[in-house]
Amino acid sequence: MNRPRGAGVYSGLPAWVFLPAAVGAVFVVLPLVAMSTRVAWAQFFVLVTSESSLAALRLSLRTSAASTLLCLVLGVPMALVLARTSFPGQQLLRALMLLPLVLPPVVGGLALLYTFGRRGLLGRSLDVLGVQIAFSTSAVVLAQAFVALPFLVVSLEGTLRTVGQRYEVVAATLGGRPTTVLRRVTLPLVLPGLLSGAVLSFARALGEFGATLTFAGSLQGVTRTLPLEIYLQRETDADAAVALSLVLVVIAVLVVGLAQGTRSTR
Amino acid sequence: MKRALTAFAAGALVTALAGCGSGATPSSTSGSAGDAPGASTSTLTVFAAASLRSSFTILGQQFEAAHPGTTVTFSFAGSSDLVTQLQQGAPADVFASADTTNMDKAAADGLVSGSPVTFASNTLEIAVPPENPAGITSLRDLAKPGVKLVLCAPAVPCGSAAKKIEAAAEVTLEPVSEESAVTDVLNKVQTGEADAGLVYATDVQGAGGKVKGIAFPESKEAVNVYPIVPLSASKNLDLAWQFTDLVTSAQGQQVLADAGFAKP
Repeated sequence: MNRPRGAGVYSGLPAWVFLPAAVGAVFVVLPLVAMSTRVAWAQFFVLVTSESSLAALRLSLRTSAASTLLCLVLGVPMALVLARTSFPGQQLLRALMLLPLVLPPVVGGLALLYTFGRRGLLGRSLDVLGVQIAFSTSAVVLAQAFVALPFLVVSLEGTLRTVGQRYEVVAATLGGRPTTVLRRVTLPLVLPGLLSGAVLSFARALGEFGATLTFAGSLQGVTRTLPLEIYLQRETDADAAVALSLVLVVIAVLVVGLAQGTRSTR
Repeated sequence: MKRALTAFAAGALVTALAGCGSGATPSSTSGSAGDAPGASTSTLTVFAAASLRSSFTILGQQFEAAHPGTTVTFSFAGSSDLVTQLQQGAPADVFASADTTNMDKAAADGLVSGSPVTFASNTLEIAVPPENPAGITSLRDLAKPGVKLVLCAPAVPCGSAAKKIEAAAEVTLEPVSEESAVTDVLNKVQTGEADAGLVYATDVQGAGGKVKGIAFPESKEAVNVYPIVPLSASKNLDLAWQFTDLVTSAQGQQVLADAGFAKP
């Protein structure tokens, strides 16, 4: 990740660049403003504290935290392997790992269904063991982790490459064993990247909709996360849908702000 | 990483923009083409409930064959979405709704021209995977413990129909999932994730052999009636009425019956 240059430094940008840049910024911000003008403020508190809304919010925070944890457990080793080793087919492997970034979430959901579903590749064996994933909260976590994992891997791999291996090599020549070097040198060095990657994963998990709907279903308190609740409320109570959307936007802004914060403290 | 993310963002934007084109708002050629006096080509835009997709596509082809130079464009979506689009000024000539509630909404806003004609009805059926692993034969079987049942959420029409039937038949159904769309219910049954679901008779018909439909007597407690009407914004009301007439004609009714619809 390139560090932004300090303020006040000559930017070298032609003036015309600012126009499309401004249009782009408005393009992103205006719809959010338009939405907030539709919020029924008088009933806002009642709408967002209804039983179904709170259940959805709790479930969303719980599953997003769990899937972020899963992303960390799997994604950190993945990023280390991708950044620090080279082997034939690594480019292809990296491309495959990033696939969930560009895959429509519904496709991801279908793929998960054919893997962990009752008749899926692994689902049959899991069924024999008495583990049923479909329609459970675990299915939500799997769906979220599937779409969020690349965010962590991309972010951390970039940081690992930027930081370089100098200190690791020194630590190793001083007799540090690989695990010690990883724990004492590498991970502390990339901690900001790790944190911002984790926050991005959390944000992506929080917004997950398509894969969850396809793979996990929708039941209050079990699988109906905030985005699914918004989608459902939209059918009957547009005010509630808008109010909940605003809650999600606020959480997303907080999360992204947090990620920016961890990045700039480097 | 920056570069990868930028490329990804650009790709996502392009995909999103491309998606807009195929979305629910059809091209606005209907007005200009219809306006030209003596023009030999005209376009008829029909907003129809998603469940009418297969039958209306056939009817559109028949209409085009009978009216050379006419192109029929469809926008299939949930009836409530379609009404919202019409209220926002989407250009269309004909509206066919899957329920009277949404048609009433359109009428209340002065969007329709004339009185809506009911042309079909649809009832719920139990859909099970072809091998019927849970051995379902009746509505009561759905309440058996261990049966993985998927329904529509009560907020959407297929779910409110299920609730009505549940109340009338005095059974307590405990679904493992309440989907936002009937197609999601069908998909969960098709993939074998669910043992059973309540979907429309036309959905079972449309799924071919991928699910087995079980009709049940209690379904008459909730019958969905489909009304159709030309829209006041239409620049070609004549043609719009002709399409409406085709739908209600014997020929149109046959196509609808083939798709699993019942008489209104």
